[in-house]
Amino acid sequence: MALQILWFILWGVLWAVYFMLDGFDFGAGMLRRFLARDEDERRLSLAAIGPVWNGNEVWLITAGGATFAAFPLTYASMFSFLYLPLLLVLFSLIVRGVSIEFRNKSENARWRSVWDWALAISSLTAPLVLGLGFGNIFQGLPIAADGSYKGTFFGLFNGYGLLTAVLFIVLFLQHGALWLEYRNGGKLAERARAFASTVWFVVLGVAVVFLAATAFATKLYDNYLSRPLWLVVPLLAVVSLLAVKFLHTKSRSLGAFVASCATVLLVVATAIVGLFPNLIPSSLDPAASLTAFNSSSGPYTLKVMTIVAAIFVPIVIVYQFLVYRFFRGKLTKAEGGAEY
Amino acid sequence: MSVDLLSSLQFATVAVFHFLFVPLTLGLSALVAFMETRYVQTGDEIYLRMTKYWSRLFLINFAVGVVTGITMEFQFGMNWAEYSKFVGDIFGAPLAIEATVAFFLESTFIGLWMFSWKRVSKKAHATIMWVVAAASTVSALWILLANGWMQKPRGFEIVAGHAQLVDFGALIWNPYSWVKLFHTSMSAFTLAAFFIMGISAIYLLRGKATDMFKKSFRLGATVGLAASLLVIVAGDFSGRQVADFQPTKLAAMEAQWTTVKAAPFYLLEVPQPSAERNVVEALGIPNLLSVLSYHDPNATVKGLLDFPADQRPPVAVSFWSFRIMVGLGFLFVLIALIAVIFSWRDKLEKNRWFLRVMPFAIALPYLACELGWILTEIGRQPWIVYGLLRTRDAVSRSISSTDVIISLVGFVLLYGALAVVDAFLIVKYSRKSAE
Repeated sequence: MALQILWFILWGVLWAVYFMLDGFDFGAGMLRRFLARDEDERRLSLAAIGPVWNGNEVWLITAGGATFAAFPLTYASMFSFLYLPLLLVLFSLIVRGVSIEFRNKSENARWRSVWDWALAISSLTAPLVLGLGFGNIFQGLPIAADGSYKGTFFGLFNGYGLLTAVLFIVLFLQHGALWLEYRNGGKLAERARAFASTVWFVVLGVAVVFLAATAFATKLYDNYLSRPLWLVVPLLAVVSLLAVKFLHTKSRSLGAFVASCATVLLVVATAIVGLFPNLIPSSLDPAASLTAFNSSSGPYTLKVMTIVAAIFVPIVIVYQFLVYRFFRGKLTKAEGGAEY
Repeated sequence: MSVDLLSSLQFATVAVFHFLFVPLTLGLSALVAFMETRYVQTGDEIYLRMTKYWSRLFLINFAVGVVTGITMEFQFGMNWAEYSKFVGDIFGAPLAIEATVAFFLESTFIGLWMFSWKRVSKKAHATIMWVVAAASTVSALWILLANGWMQKPRGFEIVAGHAQLVDFGALIWNPYSWVKLFHTSMSAFTLAAFFIMGISAIYLLRGKATDMFKKSFRLGATVGLAASLLVIVAGDFSGRQVADFQPTKLAAMEAQWTTVKAAPFYLLEVPQPSAERNVVEALGIPNLLSVLSYHDPNATVKGLLDFPADQRPPVAVSFWSFRIMVGLGFLFVLIALIAVIFSWRDKLEKNRWFLRVMPFAIALPYLACELGWILTEIGRQPWIVYGLLRTRDAVSRSISSTDVIISLVGFVLLYGALAVVDAFLIVKYSRKSAE
């Protein structure tokens, strides 16, 4: 029982950290095609995510693996019910990865332009489909009492699902702009800064609409109504979003980025708290929902995985943090032209 | 076609494609780390040039390996949901541990290595590459522990229709997986060695940067000989295990139809599965099959006909993939031996015929590695978990043939494009960096 709750929390944390980290390279990936105006800037904006995107994406692999290990029934259902959307995520991530790695591998202008576009588009489609998927999970998937899935691919494109996709995209645009501003200097940083200032208002607007729509489209607020203390999570999300603006106005680019990290974490946390104990609610029959209690592995597996996670997740966090510290500060022109 | 056949076809496609990139990553990461360490130790610039040259090719290959690896993890849930439900309690754990313990380390440190050339000490930089190499091997271990459980399930009990883990020790000390790790690692070093020798041969023929490519060739030859010999040792272990753990796979890969005591091994054999016999059986060596399978000349080898028809794997695929793989394995030792003799005696440039052959020989270890996996997976059929769950019962129920046709066509197109780009870049960089 306690372990199932612990793994529910860890499941939420893995997704939240994944979106916090890959979120800014999604954003930077979408934006750099438009914010970078010459070859130097294009290389610098790529070098801003080059060393870290791969490590960021492993959080997704870990979130997927942890779902498999701790909640196999949820893993099997989530991945097979959302077959085509996940295929799109997969293709986006594949194109994105090779775009980043291969873009600088030729002097040919057309080659570079193709990969720049591929990176921009795939960095948009990945969070779009992920947002669409999660928006539908928040509403509940049509799972019948016998566990069969009654949904369709086009059925996912409903208002709330699309709204969640838009929320993901604008959050990551802001997140990526703040990262580009922090890691770069000169005109590129100025343009990133101007974009971040403007997009903040869009994020605020979409967030307000999203929070209101959530009351109508989902049951996420039920937990908050029964345990109001948890309202501190969405409240902190709002505070962190305000802090983004405050710190950004004061030209504290690292501070604004860190606040934006907190926003992404807390937005995901807000939804996860609302979901509990469901991982995937059923929109047809509450009893058919996949929960932390009815979809988990046995206590023995959970115990083994808890020990592994308790040892290794902190280690991962420490060395990833150190690598981020190593790559702090403004990129120099030489780094943009790094030989890889 | 049915959903399970299409899904099997898709799995074969994405797994075979992914494994085109894995062995070079496993082998070349350690060899690049070795080159860089030699640079740190000797200060000889030639090792730095080698490190840079081979790491450029390594990184192109690595990128495709990483992105196609994500597919592997997603596949189980997307196409094999019933399998995932059946084994999730057990199979998910090594996959999650692989990501947490190894893949994080590998991915984070490769980024660090690429972008820290002038920012950390030479020694630290070389150490980072060793971390990448070690992490990629640990990553392979956990994947093989997961696969090993499908081949030889242990440490579990069946509770409410699915397998539940009762002994984690049995999972991680699965002898099958450790032998597979040895087999895979040595194959990976063989492949990396042939890759290095083949490309070096091109530039030795053209007389370009001969100092660097002679040294590279010599390293490839030495590693290739040691690794290809060890592959044969590993292959012997693997064969013994198949005999003990998966008698149906043994019978299929040897095309052994009838049960025979003190079974001979035929050097020439051609099975005819439709007639359930072999059309050619010649050059038999008495007792050898019993020796190879059980290390006992009088052991009995059980034939396919003594297994129920619905438990026999596809014979032709199992047989030919095994035969060709083993034949290639011995060929690698021979080629590597010649390579060692020529390169250490500095006779490479006098034996231009050999240099002309070597670039084509790069393809052979790739073929052998893929055939090994084809045998491993096809030979296990009709089971997805040996003896416990059939492949046809493992497929997702919520997906349609149309879904899988869409994804399969998508994978073929996308992976085809990736293959073209990857090949283009490998050729381009092997040329450009040699200048």
